Amino acid sequence: MDYTATQSGSRQQANMRLRNSSMDGSDGSQLFEDTSRAGSGSQTGYRNQQAGPQAAGFPGQSLLSDPMSNLAMAYGSSLASQGREMVDKNLDRFIPISKLKYYFAVDTVYVGKKLGLLVFPYMHENWEVSYQQDTPVAPRFDVNAPDLYIPAMGFITYVLVAGLALGTQNRFSPELLGVQASSALVWLIMEVLAVLLSLYLVTVNTDLTTIDLLAFSGYKYVGMIVGVVAGLLFGKPAYYLSLLWCCVAIFVFMIRTLRLKLLSEAAAEGRLVRGARNQLRMYLTMSIAAAQPIFMYWLTYHLIR
Amino acid sequence: MAFTLYTLIQTAILCTNAIAVLHEERFLSKIGWGVDQGVGGFGDDPGVKAQVLNLIRSVRTVMRVFNSVEKSFP
Repeated sequence: MDYTATQSGSRQQANMRLRNSSMDGSDGSQLFEDTSRAGSGSQTGYRNQQAGPQAAGFPGQSLLSDPMSNLAMAYGSSLASQGREMVDKNLDRFIPISKLKYYFAVDTVYVGKKLGLLVFPYMHENWEVSYQQDTPVAPRFDVNAPDLYIPAMGFITYVLVAGLALGTQNRFSPELLGVQASSALVWLIMEVLAVLLSLYLVTVNTDLTTIDLLAFSGYKYVGMIVGVVAGLLFGKPAYYLSLLWCCVAIFVFMIRTLRLKLLSEAAAEGRLVRGARNQLRMYLTMSIAAAQPIFMYWLTYHLIR
Repeated sequence: MAFTLYTLIQTAILCTNAIAVLHEERFLSKIGWGVDQGVGGFGDDPGVKAQVLNLIRSVRTVMRVFNSVEKSFP
């Protein structure tokens, strides 16, 4: 008797401690609150279960006042939040969603300025990305920061404009849209992989991430769209002229942007620094920038006949 | 040129296979690209050749691991 009394007494003390700590930790994890509420709900549920069958007979009983369904809803919501946490954690391991959000933090002023910069980069003086305590500032506040909004929109617009161009020449069929899209995507992936490989081989210590390279490679779609639209509106000479202008513009843009990221401090400021390593880095920058006009011509010449 | 994602996967597999079938004794050592001729200096500038040799060696090691794992399946 005494043994069971002390056992129940200690269990009651444990329950009291649990309820007290649940009061203190009310801003703690939601899971903890749910189980304590479910725990107290289960005690009332067990007590009301005997009264349940009699109470359920009443027709006016709404679903929400039934303690058993309360318990079920609380348990279900805690399970759902658990599941969501697990999915978020696992998805974040493969696709860094939090890092991707930085690249889409843009606004209209930034997009306008960046598009102008892509077509006319000759007047811009300061090409450095501004930092804020070791992390780069969001693209909304700095026109030099890379973003993924313009490349994504440019890619989709390129596919649509290619469909339009093929339609005006009576060569259109819906599968061709998919063919154009996958072709351009494959070239993009190959270009990013080639740049990554060459960066690895030249052992450049840079803070360029893969997503940054994807953004820089995606900026050429803007020039391609301008060229194709000009060719559609005004004919072949206009296509060649506008493509030439956009090619030179993107060449200058890439060189001025990559110069600060890939070259050493001294070489980036324009002073001539001798040495095999700097020369190799300069060649790498030039070749990355020169690949852009080549791709721009390659992906659009078959659209204008 | 109509490239599809499938051709990209094909390209990757063929390139990996090409690196995997390079014979160590008969070929790589003859042209001075063997595993013992790669890592020389420990300075801060490995150079392009050392990086290429490292890359080839690591790709072949990873392929060997896959090969041994696949061999253990009946």
